[in-house]
Amino acid sequence: MSEYILELKGVTKIFPGVKALDRVQFQLKAGEIHALIGENGAGKSTLIKVITGVHKPDEGEIFINGERVNFRGPKDAQKAGIAAIYQHVTAYPHLTVTENIFMGHEIVRNKVVQWKEMHKEASELLAKLDADFSATDEMQSLSVAQQQLVEIAKALSMKAKIIIMDEPTAALSKNESERLYEVTEKLRDDGASIIFISHRFDDIFRLASRATVLRDSKYIDQFDIEGVTEKELITAMVGREITEMFPKIDVEIGEDVLRVEGLSRTGFFKDVSFNVREGEILGLTGLVGSRRTEVVEAIYGITKLDKGHVYLNGKEIHVKGPRHAMELGIGLLPEDRQQQGLILDWGLGRNVTLPVMKDISKKGITDEAKERSLSKNLLETVGVKALSIFDKASSLSGGNQQKVVVAKQLASKLKVIILDEPTKGVDVGAKAAIYEIIGELAKQGYAIILISSEMPEILGLCDRVVVMCEGRVTGEFDRREVSQEKILEKAMAKRTIG
Amino acid sequence: MNKETKRVLIAETTFSWKKFFLKWEWFLVLIFIGINIMNSFISPYYLSVSGLLSATSSFLEKAFIVLPMVFILIMGDIDISVGSVVALSAVIMGESYNRLGLPMGLAIIICLLVGALCGFINGFILIKFKELAPMIVTLGTQILYRGIATMILKDQASTGLTSITWFSNLYWGSIFGIPYMLIVFIVFAVIFGYILHKTNFGRYLYAIGSNETAAHFSGVEVDKVRLITFTLTGLFSAVTAVFLASRMGSVRPNIAVGYELEAISMVVLGGISSAGGKGNFIGAIISIFIIGLLRYGLGLINIPSQVMLVVIGSLLILAVLIPQLNLGKYFRRKQGVVKEA
Amino acid sequence: MDKINLKKLINAREVSLFIVLILFGIFIQLRNPAFGTPKNINNMLINYSTTMVLAIGMMSVLLIGGIDISIGSILAFAGMVSALVIRDNPDTSVFVAIMIAVIVGGLCGLINGLVIAKGGVPPIIATMGSMNILRGLTYLVANNEWVAAYQINEGFKKFAMSKYLSFGLINNLIFIAFVIALVAYCFLKYTRLGRKIYAVGNNAQAAEISGINISRIKILVYTLMGILAGLSGALWVSLYASAQGDMGMGIEMDVIAACVIGGVSLAGGRGSVVGVLLGAITIAMLGNGLPLIGVSQFSLDAIKGAIIVLTVILNVLLQRQKLKNSLRRREI
Repeated sequence: MSEYILELKGVTKIFPGVKALDRVQFQLKAGEIHALIGENGAGKSTLIKVITGVHKPDEGEIFINGERVNFRGPKDAQKAGIAAIYQHVTAYPHLTVTENIFMGHEIVRNKVVQWKEMHKEASELLAKLDADFSATDEMQSLSVAQQQLVEIAKALSMKAKIIIMDEPTAALSKNESERLYEVTEKLRDDGASIIFISHRFDDIFRLASRATVLRDSKYIDQFDIEGVTEKELITAMVGREITEMFPKIDVEIGEDVLRVEGLSRTGFFKDVSFNVREGEILGLTGLVGSRRTEVVEAIYGITKLDKGHVYLNGKEIHVKGPRHAMELGIGLLPEDRQQQGLILDWGLGRNVTLPVMKDISKKGITDEAKERSLSKNLLETVGVKALSIFDKASSLSGGNQQKVVVAKQLASKLKVIILDEPTKGVDVGAKAAIYEIIGELAKQGYAIILISSEMPEILGLCDRVVVMCEGRVTGEFDRREVSQEKILEKAMAKRTIG
Repeated sequence: MNKETKRVLIAETTFSWKKFFLKWEWFLVLIFIGINIMNSFISPYYLSVSGLLSATSSFLEKAFIVLPMVFILIMGDIDISVGSVVALSAVIMGESYNRLGLPMGLAIIICLLVGALCGFINGFILIKFKELAPMIVTLGTQILYRGIATMILKDQASTGLTSITWFSNLYWGSIFGIPYMLIVFIVFAVIFGYILHKTNFGRYLYAIGSNETAAHFSGVEVDKVRLITFTLTGLFSAVTAVFLASRMGSVRPNIAVGYELEAISMVVLGGISSAGGKGNFIGAIISIFIIGLLRYGLGLINIPSQVMLVVIGSLLILAVLIPQLNLGKYFRRKQGVVKEA
Repeated sequence: MDKINLKKLINAREVSLFIVLILFGIFIQLRNPAFGTPKNINNMLINYSTTMVLAIGMMSVLLIGGIDISIGSILAFAGMVSALVIRDNPDTSVFVAIMIAVIVGGLCGLINGLVIAKGGVPPIIATMGSMNILRGLTYLVANNEWVAAYQINEGFKKFAMSKYLSFGLINNLIFIAFVIALVAYCFLKYTRLGRKIYAVGNNAQAAEISGINISRIKILVYTLMGILAGLSGALWVSLYASAQGDMGMGIEMDVIAACVIGGVSLAGGRGSVVGVLLGAITIAMLGNGLPLIGVSQFSLDAIKGAIIVLTVILNVLLQRQKLKNSLRRREI
């Protein structure tokens, strides 16, 4: 028998245009808790999906107990004793805990579902996990932490030998996390092997005996937790060379344009303050679950703030909705370009002018000639590669779609432009073009907030960087003093409350 | 700002005969012609001005609901309460005149207000409780509105409306041989078509139907547009109620049953996707005449009216089903292209 | 504290509905003693047995997030076909007559299911279409005539008035309704297939990942609905001893109201047979009891409509409160 209960060798996974995993190796010993760490987009999720049979690797081999396996789908992985517990719980909200635990593998005798047995087993599992709720509770009435216990119980009920936990503590308070640690240790002591994905050093040092680091879709290193320091892990996670891809244009920075103070939204973020000035590019960064997007969506009026003040040019504003935000001079380039940024069925021109219909119409009647010339101008300004303004947005590549969304912002008279992950899923050439556009916008005096998970982007483009962690601002750096390590340290900041 | 040679985009609309003739509307025109030929064989008097006009009058009063229903479906919503709104606003109009003794002019205004209010309530519930689907809300109000009409009139009818000549003339009257109702309809059809295709409001409707989230992010005031559209639908259901009452001279709580089906069928047959975002106004207008004249023709040869139920029901399902089946293939091809890029 | 109260409120939905029903019954009884007599209760249950049967089918449709407004027409069509067979073959047995209606209804439901699951037509449009097609066909197969009492054999007419299915215990129609409720309860609770229906309605994505064939479940559910509507058609003909073209018109509203009142979520995933039965009994009590205490027959629809609208809104508010609570618990 092999030393490893699970071993991956040279696993490569290619999505159209992206290498999500590049000859990655991974070894899980029987009965250990193994941390899998890396920045956003390092390839952790893809690796998990390969292990759970959701994705088929393009190259490489998977061994379980030394035997090579070939998963055709999630069912095969389940049969092999692999179970995954995701951060966004994939449950059946209106059903009871028992029903959730046994959905898909009910105990059946003579084609009759055995509820008594299932309730009994569910209760036993819950007792084993020290759960403070009963098997007959409705799933949606439970807290996230409790729902996670249900998922763990489900994994146990399927007799899983390998349990994968994908950022299980991200939505938990400190006490809840502690409970989860205890449960996880218990599982290990009972013989399960656990892969634990986390952004928190708390978790890693408290639980794991070993850690594997991924970066940019590649395997970097493997550590024994005993004897390793936070610094060493951070270096492994970010230790890349920053190439000069970012010709930072020097821009004279002017007055405060947008200032937010003490923004809070219950359950999402708390006490968030920062400011951005004329001609300045402010980086807003953080790991998954830092709720950067939620903050800017609230500023833009998509959701409502519970507390806090927003000042534009020194005057307090109360944004009623996206239309109002744009009229005031705040624009948002949303994170999900295809769902939030564009109407894919429409031509490019119509997409660009949608936010400014009022300006290209008289008494509500659209001036189509004006519309065409305006959109032609703006699309040419950002250099969209297309034939005509009537091309469908869906026909463009990711980078060009993003340029169209930028052109949309330029149509309105804005003071602040918020860009949420503008280079996500964009190829290298188009990235450079987008960086150039961002620099140009700053030069024209726009105040810019750039949300990005890509360190090089943040370091190369921004004048100042604000770091968020789990709904709070945990650090702010000037361009001169910032480094990858400093950002990551703040982004993984230990929680002080909870 | 690009270092490369500046790329120039084509911004002039080009006209392609092929595209022009491949439109769904031409298919509808063919059916329309076919039905007219059929009708003219059935009745020798059909192809005369008066014949055509009387044929048109036979169904036009319902067509007023179709106008805003186009907006509703373009927006990706549905309203199945329209038949009940017709009944409720008609009953209240009749009772305002008969029981309250108000002048007919005022009764008509009340009727229109009631219709608009019903639509407003639909829209208001939808924007305040976004979790609810339009189908569910309008299903509930469908029962409610007709229920209120029944409560008011019980199994009675509000009669005697024929005694007011000018009111009767709304439906029966004409100028230079052209019915007033036809003139009113043409005016409104032109206005609605213009709004849909030439104004910001129309553009917003398409935007919401195509991608409501993106529209919201782009500053389209989705709630406002939805509220206005549902209110308009209620208002024009009341317009239908006025003409219907004028034709029948009396109103009962059980009038206009199934009008929602006919209105939705006409819109869907007109090539307007029930999923929202697609379709032309003219298609719906042609479909009004297709379904209306078909009914008229079948009536002429004494085919039972129930056949019409079967025909309309089938048209509704087929009009949604057929493009769906083609779209499936088309979609797969399109996704392939995107992946290559 | 908040959490526990809410949880109780939701979980005890059937219990609280039951209590409301009892109170409502007592209220009517006090105003008009004729209500609580065994004879009236029996009549009420007989008259609304079809509503109960249909509501159980509708629940499974709503569970997967669908809707079927064609049930009144399926009822009429299947009932009419069955009645015509009886008219033309006076020696048709009760069993054969019912089976004919069940098969016709099942086929109608199957077609609905295919159009929705395979054709991708939204349920509301598909069933609105079939509602009209089948209503038209009902008149057409009967040549616009109706099948009158004298054309229906005694055995079939007596069926609705006899108690022989339960060996003299309760009326046949009531017995059938309760047997079907019991079967549905067991099917949904004790079979894998039944569990799959809940899975699809709760989280279609998760269900698909776990290997459930969603379109097959959809077809199954609409077919079951059709079968129950067909059965109701036969019961209807037996009960009223005649078959008319407009029978069952608008009954879908009563049925949907029963489901909504019984706690079935119109967005799918939540609902229980017990709740739906209580919902159907609520509708029955409204229909039977309100006229007894002087509420006009003609106000019933408005009351039902208002109840549907208010109940769905109330459900949304409860759901929001729950969400808010769980957010508040999430510390930052």
